[in-house]
Amino acid sequence: MNAIHVNNLNFAYHRETILESISLTVTPKDFLSIIGPNGGGKSTLIKLILGLLIPQSGTIEIFGKNPKEGANLLSYVPQNTHTNSDFPITVLEVVLMGCLDGRCWGRYSFKQRQKAHEALKQVGMSEYANAKLSRLSGGQRQRVFIARALCMEAKMLLLDEPTASIDIDGQRQIFELLQSLNSKMGIIVVSHDINVVLGYANKIAHINRRLYMHDAPSAATKDAILTTLNNAQGHLCPVELIHAQTCNHPDHQGKS
Amino acid sequence: MIEALSYGFMQNALIAGLLVSIICGIIGSLVVVNRMVFIAGGIAHGAYGGIGAAFFLGLSPLFGATIFALLLGLIIAFLTLKDRGRIDSVIGTLWAFGMALGIILTDLTPGYNVDLMSYLFGSILSVPSGDLWIMGAIAGLIIVLIGGGFRSFQAMSFDPEFAALRGVHVKILHYTLIALIALCVVATIRVVGLVLVIALLSIPPYIAERISARLSHMMFLSTIIGMFFVLCGLSIAYMYDITSGAAIIMVASVGFFASQVFTRERN
Repeated sequence: MNAIHVNNLNFAYHRETILESISLTVTPKDFLSIIGPNGGGKSTLIKLILGLLIPQSGTIEIFGKNPKEGANLLSYVPQNTHTNSDFPITVLEVVLMGCLDGRCWGRYSFKQRQKAHEALKQVGMSEYANAKLSRLSGGQRQRVFIARALCMEAKMLLLDEPTASIDIDGQRQIFELLQSLNSKMGIIVVSHDINVVLGYANKIAHINRRLYMHDAPSAATKDAILTTLNNAQGHLCPVELIHAQTCNHPDHQGKS
Repeated sequence: MIEALSYGFMQNALIAGLLVSIICGIIGSLVVVNRMVFIAGGIAHGAYGGIGAAFFLGLSPLFGATIFALLLGLIIAFLTLKDRGRIDSVIGTLWAFGMALGIILTDLTPGYNVDLMSYLFGSILSVPSGDLWIMGAIAGLIIVLIGGGFRSFQAMSFDPEFAALRGVHVKILHYTLIALIALCVVATIRVVGLVLVIALLSIPPYIAERISARLSHMMFLSTIIGMFFVLCGLSIAYMYDITSGAAIIMVASVGFFASQVFTRERN
C-alpha cells in the first residue's frame, strides 16, 4: 500500500500559484528527499500532506485516507525557526508533546512518560531528559524534535529542513539517525543541503512550482558523496557532486 | 512595622497583594512566554473605558470593567488569530480608545469626579473585604483552569502548529487565555491599578524565566518573586508614607535591573 499518494494537486495562496499539478507517490519504505529553491513550495507541500493547508484541487491520500483522518499516521518535525528558543521547557516535556492525544485535561500518564524516555533513548539523548531545551546545541535540539515525532508512533516521518543552521558534523549525525529509522518507517525530508541529502535518500523530488522526480544516485555515487562528506571539515564543495550526478530534470536537458 | 499588621486595612492589603501575586504569577508567565505583554497592556488600559461607562450608567465599576475588558480581549483574540501582521497598531488604538472613552464618560457624569490616578496606581491600602472574595474566586478559577489544562497550554505556547496537529484545540485555548488575562486585569485593577498589573504581569515572570527550566517552575517562582516585591513595596510605602502602588513598582523595577546585571555578570 502507498503511504502517501498525491494526485494532480494545485495550491494557490492569495491568487499566486504555489504548486501546480503535483503528483507524488511514496511508500512506507522510502527515504524521499525534497529539494528546490526557496519559495518553490517545498514546505507548502509538506503542510498540505499534513492537512495543515487545504488544496484548491487534486487529492491527497494518507494510507488510503484523507489527510484529516490519516493525520495520526504521520509524524512531523517542523522547521526549527518556529520554536521559541528561550522557552522554559525541559527536553522530556518537549518529547511528551508527541504523546498528546487530543485530551486537553489532566497530566501525562506513566505509560506516556515511558514512551518519551524510550524515544529519547532511540535518538541518543537520554542523559539530557531534564535539561532545559535552550541549553542544547542546534543538532541536539533537532534530535529532541525527532524523538518527539517518534512518540507519535506514526508510519511516516516528515521533516522540514532539519539541518538548517546546523554544523556539518551535526548534519551527518541527524541523517545517520534518519537512515537507521528508515528501517522502521518512511522518511520525507525537505532540505537545502543537497549534498547531504543525496547521500542518504532513495528518491529525490525537485519542487519549483512543479515537481520532478529524480533517479536516486547509484550506490557507488552515494559512497563517494558520503566519503566526501566525511572528509569535509566544515566546508563542502558542491561542484564535485554535480560531476557525480546525472540530472534528468527537463530544465537541465541538453545543458550537460 | 509589626504593629501595622494589627490594622484591618493592612491585613487586607497583604492578602490582596498575595492574591495578586498568585494571579499575575500564573497568567504573567503565560503572557511572557507567548509574547503577549502588549496585549495585556491594551486590555488593562482599555478597561478604563468600562469603568467610565459604569460610572456614566450608574453601575458597579468592577462590573463595567469586566464586561469591557472581556469585550476588548475578544476583539484582540479574534484579530491575533486572523492576522498577526499589524496587530500591535490595532492594540495601541484600542488601548488609547478605551482610556479616552473612560475619561470622557467620567467627565460627562454629573456630580461625581473619580481620580484617574487611583486607577493607574490603585489603592492597595483601601481594599474592601468584598473585593478580596472576588480576587480569591478569580485566583481559584485560574489555578483550576491552568492547572488542569497545563499540558495543553504548555503545548500551545511552545509550538501551536504542532499542538494543533496533535488535536489540541489551539484556538479555544487562545480565547481562554485572553479571557483569563481580562479577568486577571479586572481582579487587580481597582486594588493595585493598571500600571502595577502590567508590572506584576511582566517583571516577575521575566526574572523567573531565566532561572527556570520548566513553565510550571516559572509560574511558581514568579508568584514568589511577586509576593516579595509586594511585601517590600508595602513596607517602604508604610515607613516613608508614599504611594503604595508606585513603591511596589519601584521595588520590582530595581529587582528587574538587578537581575539583568546579575545574569550579565554570570554569563
